[in-house]
Amino acid sequence: MISDWRFIAFFVVLAPLFPALPIGINLLLGPRKPNYIKQQIYECGVETVGDTWVQFKVQYYIYALIFVIFDIEAVFLFPIAAAYGQVGLFAVIEIALFIIILTAALAYAWGRGVLEWV
Amino acid sequence: MSFSFLEFLKSLVELTTGTYLRQVWGAKPWVDPTLDAIGVILVATFGLLIVLVLIWLERKVIARFQDRIGPNRVGGKYGLLQPVADALKLLTKEIITPSGADKWAYNLAPFLIVITALMMWAVMPFAPGVVGVDLNVGLFYVLAISSVSVVTVLLAGWGSNNKYALLGAFRAVAQMVSYEVPMILSLLIPIILARSMSSVDIVKAQTVPFAIVVPISALIFFISSLAEMGRTPFDLLEAESEIVAGFHIEYSGMKFAMFMLAEYISALFMSGLFTTVFLGGYRFFGLEMIKTASGFALGNLIGLIAFFVKMFVVFVVLVWIRGTLPRFRIDQMMDFNWKFLVPLSLALILVAALVDKALPVGVNDWTRAGVHLVSNVVVGAVTLEILRRNGRKQRTAHEEVRENADIETAAAH
Repeated sequence: MISDWRFIAFFVVLAPLFPALPIGINLLLGPRKPNYIKQQIYECGVETVGDTWVQFKVQYYIYALIFVIFDIEAVFLFPIAAAYGQVGLFAVIEIALFIIILTAALAYAWGRGVLEWV
Repeated sequence: MSFSFLEFLKSLVELTTGTYLRQVWGAKPWVDPTLDAIGVILVATFGLLIVLVLIWLERKVIARFQDRIGPNRVGGKYGLLQPVADALKLLTKEIITPSGADKWAYNLAPFLIVITALMMWAVMPFAPGVVGVDLNVGLFYVLAISSVSVVTVLLAGWGSNNKYALLGAFRAVAQMVSYEVPMILSLLIPIILARSMSSVDIVKAQTVPFAIVVPISALIFFISSLAEMGRTPFDLLEAESEIVAGFHIEYSGMKFAMFMLAEYISALFMSGLFTTVFLGGYRFFGLEMIKTASGFALGNLIGLIAFFVKMFVVFVVLVWIRGTLPRFRIDQMMDFNWKFLVPLSLALILVAALVDKALPVGVNDWTRAGVHLVSNVVVGAVTLEILRRNGRKQRTAHEEVRENADIETAAAH
């Protein structure tokens, strides 16, 4: 079981080499003559105005919150799905209730108009 | 047993090189780690090199959809060396760092995105017994790794100090995060059917391919994996005509190439995952298990070919969709996910779970598949009917408003 994860560990160690190799060759082969004009940030026809790192729309945050709820739900459902052959009827009803409650949460958010992109 | 070149070649064709080398080297503590390292290098190199084929294939196929010829100069009549020429060109380009960029985030993103795209391949079963590693939490691992790509996109967009890049990153995060929910939920159904999260076990459980057992879930998975990859019609994150390539706009040379590379690797991976989970992976009517009289595992080769054919068919469907569909608007994209895909996949998983438990233990595979198929399609049909009624209601309401407005204008004149 642990030896399975050795493969993944090797992958984590070796994988950075694969992007590092072409980027390294590129650094060797490519020219390097930075100047002010070249390094300016791309903008549509004008010089960029103001700060880039602005506050983002609150809408993104609300969607992220709903996502977190469903992601945690998935974490609970995965082990049960994998062991579905062994779970009894009681557990199945429990899971069904769990999914129904989450659906109700989605319906609530929908009804409150949270899912409108404004 | 000593090393014999002929035997080695045979094991190479048989795709059982690992087993062969283990026999030759014997049971020493360094053998398994070495084999793992070789495996990692093989899988990752495969991931990198297949991209050259994919780029050529996509350009050629998309050209045909648009009534063009596509690449036809470099490397003979069919432009076979075009991707190689592109790669060589990019290798000699200057890497420009925009002023004011967040150095750490900006430089880390191209590395991380390739690493995550490559690492997903670790659990992909190519042929019977040919898999990087058969993790018992295979699909969960894939989902965990693929979520990291959201972070890398945000790193690239935020680090570039560019407004288009940041907009692209915001859109990408909203989209990838949203579509992960139906993707996870539709993956749960094959797991319930196969009783395992391991990708190999899921392939083994598909006496009937799951795309036939639960077609609606397969469709939901396919659509949400399109969105996860950010391919058309969900390519809002790079939308050339609106935000000029989005999060990777400030990257040049090989750093830019890394983003394209990762995009193609994950596109092929998603095709492969769809093949594995819903189309039976390497299975081909039992032919993948045959052995010749002399004990030569011919089935491995058949399995490998079957897997690749299926995977590339799915990939060509991706290209087909890109050649056919226009881009969504962001509010449409979010509505489609949260108001259609998520409720539908919740209903599907509920029905699949209850139906599977209601079936008696030890029932025939085909009966089980048939019952699941019927319940799956019924849920899909009911949802479509609800949507159709809803749409009709909205259209009538809209028309009434317009008629009233017409009457008012007429009265005013």
